[in-house]
Amino acid sequence: MMADTSTQLWAMLRTMVLSREFDSTAINLQRQGELALWPSSRGQEAIHAGAALAIGPNDVVFPTYREQGLLLARGVSPDSILALYRGTSLGAWDPARHNCFPTTLVIGAHTLHAVGYAMGMQRDAQKAGAPENSNRAVIAFLGDGAMSEGETNEAFVWASTQNAPVVFLCSNNGWAISAPTSVQTSVAFHKRAAGFGIRAVHVDGNDALACYEATNSALEHAHAGNGPTFIEASTYRINAHTTSDDDSRYRDSNEVDMWTKLDPIDQLAGALRESDAGFDEKWAELQAECAELASQTREACRELPTPDLLEPFDFTLSARTSELDRQAYAYSQQPLLREFT
Amino acid sequence: MNVNLATAINHSLRDGLANDDSTLLMGQDIGQLGGVFRVTDGLLQDFGPNRVVDTPLGEAGIVGTAIGLAMAGYRPVCEIQFDGFVFPAMNQITTQLARIHHRSRGYISLPVVIRIPVAGGIGAIEHHSESPESYFVHTPGLRVITCSNPQDGYSLLQGAIASDDPVIFLEPKSRYWDKGDVDVTAKPDIESATLVRDGSNVVLIAYGATVKPALEAAAELEDEGIECAVVDLRSLAPLDLDGLMPIVQRVGRAVVVHEASLTGGLGAEVAARITESEFYSLESPVLRVTGYDTPYPASQLEHGWLPNKPRIVDAVHTALSF
Repeated sequence: MMADTSTQLWAMLRTMVLSREFDSTAINLQRQGELALWPSSRGQEAIHAGAALAIGPNDVVFPTYREQGLLLARGVSPDSILALYRGTSLGAWDPARHNCFPTTLVIGAHTLHAVGYAMGMQRDAQKAGAPENSNRAVIAFLGDGAMSEGETNEAFVWASTQNAPVVFLCSNNGWAISAPTSVQTSVAFHKRAAGFGIRAVHVDGNDALACYEATNSALEHAHAGNGPTFIEASTYRINAHTTSDDDSRYRDSNEVDMWTKLDPIDQLAGALRESDAGFDEKWAELQAECAELASQTREACRELPTPDLLEPFDFTLSARTSELDRQAYAYSQQPLLREFT
Repeated sequence: MNVNLATAINHSLRDGLANDDSTLLMGQDIGQLGGVFRVTDGLLQDFGPNRVVDTPLGEAGIVGTAIGLAMAGYRPVCEIQFDGFVFPAMNQITTQLARIHHRSRGYISLPVVIRIPVAGGIGAIEHHSESPESYFVHTPGLRVITCSNPQDGYSLLQGAIASDDPVIFLEPKSRYWDKGDVDVTAKPDIESATLVRDGSNVVLIAYGATVKPALEAAAELEDEGIECAVVDLRSLAPLDLDGLMPIVQRVGRAVVVHEASLTGGLGAEVAARITESEFYSLESPVLRVTGYDTPYPASQLEHGWLPNKPRIVDAVHTALSF
């Protein structure tokens, strides 16, 4: 094993383990009543870790709500991620700072934004006189459910016909809430890509290195001006859709047990334990980092500020209109709020 | 210059493209064909396919990719080919375009204009004569603007392109061929209604396609000695209540005229606002002359369905009978 490969494997393991810790912490926060809801990413961390390693600082990410590990790796703070689920914001952070857009909850809607952004990169490159895309590309995450949305399919049409520098990374985790993949499709998702004229790759979504290689080559393909790639990463949603879901109503626990044995962290940690003599020491360091993240996350969650009462009126348009002023005043004068303003 | 509305809009788009290289046009058939109404005629030739984009046939795709381009720093002006075809884009418009600025706490601005030829009266087949403004007006986070004449077609579109907010820009297709003087140096004002004609007996409140029949009705009523004011709302969201109310207060009677169906139409909102604000000035209830609560009819029936001059004249007589 090459040294740099070992470094990469450890980087991915770290992203995965921190993601799992963050996920467990958030689930506990939800159970304690600190969060309204949490969509667990347990079992899908290899995709996020592989992608996090492959995505360059100038690449731009359009996530779903289940890539929390990637968001952390991208530098988005735990409190920024939790705010949506605590109800203190609708999920805002500065996209320019992280080259990562906030979460879109309407399934598939953001795939078109990703393609549009990539069309912007093409025009930026042309304005700058660069033949390609200046090593920039967009990566849009989506799930198996999103593959049935019309907008996702329009995104494929646009990406292909515009030759846009975009990567679609589909985490096929087997379930869209209660609907198994067989409800969404009668053909493997990656086989659909050919019909759109889009390069397709199918990877084991529980193999971090395979996810890295697929994402990296797809981004290189886009950087070189060769257009979009669709990656289907087969994985499994170990937990229910969200903390409000009861997966015992629609799936067999034997299936969950089978996939739990294919846990992506166990797989990579197992390989490194055998190949890396310094494993125990690095693993202990990682565990300490996890404890620190968990503690920070709990604290950051509880300290999330209550938003300004008038914030909705300030951000509806780029500036308040006189009508918004009138309504903001009426709102601030209602009996329930009068004491706060 | 003296041009028709379609040409005035063409000039406005041309100047928008020339003044800012982040502006671009997107839509079906807008490039090589120049648009089904020729509103974008000649722009592909002069600005090239990166700035004037002939898109695939998918309205959600047009609006969704425009959102992404705006996120990347561009100012897209989209064309939806006909009013009845905007509905496939409604998810992108209502859950995304209108909300992302708010959702992101102001980190993201989406200066996207969506131009839609709207309203009827041109003998078209189904889905080509709709007045969908209430859907947009009812969606916080959008500005909704419409024009009734070439000057406003030019100026309000300039203002829409310059706005950092998403703007739905409604073009009354029955007025595309009506000519008027255009001063390209006039300062765009996308928030104000205008008093197109003054009068002391009844104020007719119209916008887009219905300003013309309102003016025709006012001219006919003048022969009877009835003086109608005509207000062109221009901005449907937000409404220019500060501009409208003093006129209603002075006149005391108001009739709202729009092509969209009656129930839940903009006339209901205007009537409610007038009643809340000017109750003690009113001499009569606020009346409405609108399309009916049926789907838009076959074209041989449209002229009786639309708020035409005789229906507006009748409503003015009714208002004066109180």
